Amino acid sequence: MFDFLDSGQYDVLGAFWVTVQLTVYSAIGSLVWGTILAAMRVSPVPLMRAFGTAYVNVVRNTPLTVIILAASLGLFQTLGITLAGGGDFEVIGFRLAVLGLVAYHATFVCEALRSGINTVPVGQAEAARAMGLSFLQVLSLVVLPQAFRSVVAPLANVLIALTKNTTVAAAIGVAEAAALMKTMIEYESDAIFLVSAMFAFGFVVLTLPTGMLLGWVSKRVAVKR
Amino acid sequence: MSNLSVLYDAPGPRAKARNIVYSVVFVVLLALVLWWVLATMADKNQLDRAKWEPFVADSRVWTTYLIPGLLNTLKAAALSIVIALPLGALFGVARLSDHQWVRGPAGAVVEFFRAIPVLLMMFFANAAYAQFTDLPSEVRPLYAVVTGLVLYNASVIAEIVRAGILSLPSGQTDAAKAIGMRKGQTMVYVLLPQAVTAMLPALVSQLVVIVKDTALGGALLNYPELLSQVRLITANYGANTIAAFTVIALLFVLLNYLLTSLASWVEGRIRRGKRSAGAVLHADTNTEMEFDEPHVEAPARKG
Repeated sequence: MFDFLDSGQYDVLGAFWVTVQLTVYSAIGSLVWGTILAAMRVSPVPLMRAFGTAYVNVVRNTPLTVIILAASLGLFQTLGITLAGGGDFEVIGFRLAVLGLVAYHATFVCEALRSGINTVPVGQAEAARAMGLSFLQVLSLVVLPQAFRSVVAPLANVLIALTKNTTVAAAIGVAEAAALMKTMIEYESDAIFLVSAMFAFGFVVLTLPTGMLLGWVSKRVAVKR
Repeated sequence: MSNLSVLYDAPGPRAKARNIVYSVVFVVLLALVLWWVLATMADKNQLDRAKWEPFVADSRVWTTYLIPGLLNTLKAAALSIVIALPLGALFGVARLSDHQWVRGPAGAVVEFFRAIPVLLMMFFANAAYAQFTDLPSEVRPLYAVVTGLVLYNASVIAEIVRAGILSLPSGQTDAAKAIGMRKGQTMVYVLLPQAVTAMLPALVSQLVVIVKDTALGGALLNYPELLSQVRLITANYGANTIAAFTVIALLFVLLNYLLTSLASWVEGRIRRGKRSAGAVLHADTNTEMEFDEPHVEAPARKG
């Protein structure tokens, strides 16, 4: 049935490995940049709040495909920015895809965190302030740790969306799962159902455990009030 | 903590001075980044007047490329929305059916299409149309894009509708039963309208996702929508890649902003219309969050 795999010219596991790597690097980057954005949006400095709001609203309404293509055609091919030295076309494409994915998904992490901050009772921030903690101390010692615990489920949704959105990297020639599927569909046109089912199954395998595991975690760590 | 200013005290003289220092440092940092970007762009001649001028001085760049592209984007998005909304509502209701043989398959379909990337469905639809139908190849990308978007977004909308119906107080169903409504009537006249109102913010962010995802068709299936015009514009107006991307990104942002504004206007009208819909009160917590997925946890079924 799967005899098109026997020829050895398609590295399906390798393609999914690239997908996983894209997901992991982008997830870490989005979490960091999203947290910084959220901190900016609640900070006492009006200018930072304005920047955070503008960034989130503009980037969130721009298609991810536009962002990733702009990173490849605009940043790399026009301006010659390769991010951290040289490397071949494939490596540069990977880094640019991660940059685009981080820029886009950080806005969703930021919004999730902001709604998590809303779940922390006002009294806690007031008590922290009464003890003389500064804004950064209130945020990092009292509010954010609780906010993170209450938004594990929304963050899991962002992570799942991120896993699926890595397929957009196919638009700039990163050899991940969707790019391989496009090639295979072209050359194995008599088996498009099998090829599609195989890749669909791959993504179900990637996203389903993430959702279930983090759903369980979110119940475990949620602050009981 | 909806008023976030509780995180810090009302600034006194020292805090005010400190905030000014922070602001200045932040502005300097931003200016440095901006200067570096502009310097790099100027270095590669991307700031030349000739590269930006066509968008304001030459109407042909609009009539030949941008407006037809925008119309194609709108066409694919509108078709997908018109098909996906009723289909999603149908599957959402089917998942709540009393009959296992309706509930089970509907659930399986929704969960499957929600778990796989929309791009994979577009690739598959494109190949399937090429092989099993005799659609002319110039309309095939549109069909493939709409099919992919409908399959994915209908299943997401189904989850939104289901969560909306489950969030309604059980008294609504009881009251409908008490005045003798059948199951179908209860759903159509009582539950569904309220669920849609309550979930309007989530539904609208899904419509924004549909508009954004049409760009996939431009980048990977040769559908001539807005994003795919970048290539044509840069070919005809002298390698003005960054200018073209800027204009097109702004058009997308504007389009989605209009969509969101329209929806909040509609929402305002609906809310003023019926003051006392129990579920609507809870919906406020969702207005600020937009996700590619509905983040609404369906509460456990009551009764």
